[in-house]
Amino acid sequence: MSSDAAAAAAGNPLRDAQDRRLPRIAGPSGLVIFGVTGDLSRKKLMPAVYDLANRGLLPPGFSLVGFARRDWEHEDFAQVVYEAVKEHARTPFREEVWQQLAQGMRFVPGVFDDDAAFEVLKTTIHELDKERGTGGNFAFYLSVPPRFFPTVVQQLKKHGLSDAPAGSWRRAVVEKPFGHDLASAQELNEVIHGVFRASEVFRIDHYLGKETVQNILALRFANTMFEPLWNRSYVDHVQITMAEDIGIGGRAGYYDGIGSARDVIQNHLLQLLALTAMEEPSSFDAKALVLEKLKVLNAVRLPSDLGKHTVRGQYTAGWQGGRKVLGYLEEEGIDPKSKTDTFAAIKLEIDNRRWAGVPFYLRTGKRLGRRVTEIAVVFQRAPYSPFDATDTQELGQNALVIRVQPDEGVTIRFGSKVPGTSMEIRDVTMDFAYGESFTESSPEAYERLILDVLLGDANLFPRHQEVERSWEILDPVEAYWDGHGKPEPYTAGTWGPKAADEMLARDGRSWRRP
Amino acid sequence: MNIDLTHTTSGQVNAALVKARRAAGFPAVGMVLTLVIVTDEGNHYDALKAASDASREHPSRILVVIRRPGRSPRDRAQARLDAEVRLGGESGTGETVLLRLHGELAGHASSVVLPLLLPDAPVVVWWPEDAPSSPAADLLGTLAQRRITDSAAAEDPVATLAHRAQTYAPGDTDLAWTRITPWRSVLAAALDQQPLGRQRPRVTAAVVEGEEYNPSTELLALWLADRLGVPVERNVSEGPGITAVRLATPDGEICLDRPDGRLAALAVPGQPDRHVALHRRSTAELIAEELRRLDPDEAYHHALCHGLENLGAPAAVQAAPSGEPARSRRSGKSTTGKAAAR
Repeated sequence: MSSDAAAAAAGNPLRDAQDRRLPRIAGPSGLVIFGVTGDLSRKKLMPAVYDLANRGLLPPGFSLVGFARRDWEHEDFAQVVYEAVKEHARTPFREEVWQQLAQGMRFVPGVFDDDAAFEVLKTTIHELDKERGTGGNFAFYLSVPPRFFPTVVQQLKKHGLSDAPAGSWRRAVVEKPFGHDLASAQELNEVIHGVFRASEVFRIDHYLGKETVQNILALRFANTMFEPLWNRSYVDHVQITMAEDIGIGGRAGYYDGIGSARDVIQNHLLQLLALTAMEEPSSFDAKALVLEKLKVLNAVRLPSDLGKHTVRGQYTAGWQGGRKVLGYLEEEGIDPKSKTDTFAAIKLEIDNRRWAGVPFYLRTGKRLGRRVTEIAVVFQRAPYSPFDATDTQELGQNALVIRVQPDEGVTIRFGSKVPGTSMEIRDVTMDFAYGESFTESSPEAYERLILDVLLGDANLFPRHQEVERSWEILDPVEAYWDGHGKPEPYTAGTWGPKAADEMLARDGRSWRRP
Repeated sequence: MNIDLTHTTSGQVNAALVKARRAAGFPAVGMVLTLVIVTDEGNHYDALKAASDASREHPSRILVVIRRPGRSPRDRAQARLDAEVRLGGESGTGETVLLRLHGELAGHASSVVLPLLLPDAPVVVWWPEDAPSSPAADLLGTLAQRRITDSAAAEDPVATLAHRAQTYAPGDTDLAWTRITPWRSVLAAALDQQPLGRQRPRVTAAVVEGEEYNPSTELLALWLADRLGVPVERNVSEGPGITAVRLATPDGEICLDRPDGRLAALAVPGQPDRHVALHRRSTAELIAEELRRLDPDEAYHHALCHGLENLGAPAAVQAAPSGEPARSRRSGKSTTGKAAAR
């Protein structure tokens, strides 16, 4: 349970541990979004705030402050939010919910180095405390490119916005990328931690807000039937895939020079690896979780021959899903000589008793076959089979696949007899689909994460140690790639370069087709 | 897909379900519970619609038991089961079976329902109206983990509530209680919010205002009395539903006021007034909330059985004698019946 929510609930006679219908409602608070005109803000943040309000999880008096370089009045801002909510919200639009929200919307125009604008922001916050009872509790969401982080954070400090009045809190919320290598990540952390306490900084990795990712922990630690198999005695290898069918779209400026490994492997895939491989935490509070995740990340070892066990690729023009698409080098705003990877696959080993000798294969890419994220735990073959080799010809390895998105769920693959007079064994799958057993639309990751920020619940946010350790893992790979050759080309709409298949073939394995 | 069966048995209905699933191409079953709705011809449509909507959140096999005992001696003497299997389309995400129990069979619904329950999955029985006098003792009720009644649909809602308290068994729940969850969460949140540097104000008295004959008003008052250990007054208003709750504290009044059934105003001493969306929810939303947890609802139990003897009386609900928030005692005092029969 979260720190301040638990503290507030303690001693409240209307709260009772047995009364589980009452939801966790955030305490009095407000959210300030920098870069409120951006895509993320319109498509994810604003709708998530509305959906939270609609589900009755925001406190009465919750206030939303936008900060951006626009000549807007409060009403103009409210109109922008209104349109964003109408278009993107998950839950149905209700006028009374909107009224409740709209009364607490404010807009502060300005650029990030404008002292006057930050003074206006300060006054706005004071007024909200008086008019709306936000109690001095504010979260600052930095939905801006990382190069502005230092300026914004320093401005918050300079104008006393980062200092919480006694009995209240001020929090910073930052989005990835958390740096582009270890040195820059450390620098960034120093800047932010110089202003906000480490425990008040929330790094959003929206993957961790997904129900399916949280379900990894439930699957592993609430059940008995999986955990006994979850080790080197039974597991042959693990494949973690995050594939996108889209290209880089309008993100050329950000993407070129960064590449898929930094964009995806460093954060999402290593977090998924940590959750899949970690030991059982002593409890589900943020401290115990980060401890176990760090422990396993610290045990991660890169292969000695990076040339043989890592692959990067770059998509070339081709047909994808019936549409003709450009190659990476032909995309607008990309240097035709760019060596940026749009596909990356690496093999990692984990040096501990549970996983020694079990490789974890991580791959990600753009313009691949389809959009899918999954974790596949592939088991060893039965050590002895009483059946003839011909009987089991079509039998593959048992596998447990956690589908993170889309079509969230869990699949188990095992062999079964084909009906008929002869003994023939073939792979079948047993499937659990979220959409089938639970709510048709589970809450968006951002809903959960914003609520957790307001509640001060840090479970689902990577800590700075994890971020830095992840860069430590990836940096040698990037350095090797910089010094050796260039990305392998692959045709858009396929499952990556040949070299990736060869990388697994060398180990006597092959990629699953997700 | 719809399959109609007349003069049938549960076995044939089961076979029809398998056939319908095969035809639809999804033999795997992801349903999490069986929901049995006990109703009659006139009311089944609305109840089924609500349950189908709720099944989008909780895929379930919905069994609608429609009793048709018949009026004439000839009708009453015969026993016949007609069934209608619905899969996909309008019927939500699970499977729906309408079971029409004619004649003598109407009194033996559990024999029809038992073979149709999903294996190893929880069972919920819902009586949209005309619940048996003791749901837990009812033959269908004994099959279920969770029994949902709706005292608001009864002829004398408040008396019904008193009766529910008498016959309460773990697993019972009432939609009148479900309806007040939003009220309860806002009130709990209001007490969560301490003014800076000050102690949480101690509530010394409470008032609940609501429509007459509204069991939710009573339950909210009972809950407050149980949790706060203070006298709770109930005032009759024009509605709709509950219109206001006032908690007296030494600093002033905490007031949650909802005159229009949609948007409420929250006033807390020392804090600005604020608006809270507090709309009256549809039956589908209520059922979806009910299905979220299938274990006994202790909070409901404590509230329902608190100060049972005072239920129905126009005076304030009495507080427990000690200052401690009262843990309910199921007192066997028989004044209830009289007070309720008022």
